[in-house]
Amino acid sequence: MELSLATRTVGEHTVLEVGGEVDVYTAPRLRERLLELIDGGARHVVVDLGRVDFLDSTGLGVLVGALKRLRSTSGSFALVCDKEPLLKIFRITALDQVFPLHPTVDAAISADSAGAGA
Amino acid sequence: MATVKLSFSPAPVHVRTARLVGVAVARRAGVREELLDEVRLAIGEACTRAVALHRQYGLADPVLVEMSDGGSYAVRVVDRAPIEAGIGLTALPPDELANESLTDEALTTGVGFALLAGFVEDLQVRPVDEGIGTEVRMVWPVGR
Repeated sequence: MELSLATRTVGEHTVLEVGGEVDVYTAPRLRERLLELIDGGARHVVVDLGRVDFLDSTGLGVLVGALKRLRSTSGSFALVCDKEPLLKIFRITALDQVFPLHPTVDAAISADSAGAGA
Repeated sequence: MATVKLSFSPAPVHVRTARLVGVAVARRAGVREELLDEVRLAIGEACTRAVALHRQYGLADPVLVEMSDGGSYAVRVVDRAPIEAGIGLTALPPDELANESLTDEALTTGVGFALLAGFVEDLQVRPVDEGIGTEVRMVWPVGR
């Protein structure tokens, strides 16, 4: 399945819903969209991987790039993922220790808002 | 022993084709259904790595993928890049993953290798027997 990208705003958070396959061919489009959002002023970004059915190292690299960029601007970055095959990828690469991972968009936003207010 | 060979020009768009073929042959060979996601990811990572090396060295040579099912399901992914580029892959520790100074390429390579090593129990990365290049060899059991 081709990559699909849809953006919505929830309060101060920008939610990017990603679907389909994120691989060496499609990851540049994800990178471009994340850069557009961040360069356009988004500071609190949640990427919802709920409809992703394939994610490889190139896609993970793009997500780490966005995390680093937002950190450098005092922003925040979180991922939404509740599929075991994808969660296993994060565990194996130890990226589960790098990204805030949440089962739902609501959980990601509340955790991020609580963190920002603390 | 049935063998399927696929060779493709080193472009990212063809990696998906290699994954699809690799999984189709795995299923036909009798690899258990619950392993197929791992087969798909591992073949994708090995091909992504080969494509990246060919592009880095400006090589137009095709990447070769060879799948065979003699008792187990074995996949070889062969690149034609200089050996020193292909050997010495290492997975990155967690504290380095988000390190600011780490380049995107180094990160992707490290993560790609972590995925290969994590998902493939029987994995070998070695120089090809003839000529220049590296072969990534992955083997999965078949459930028959």
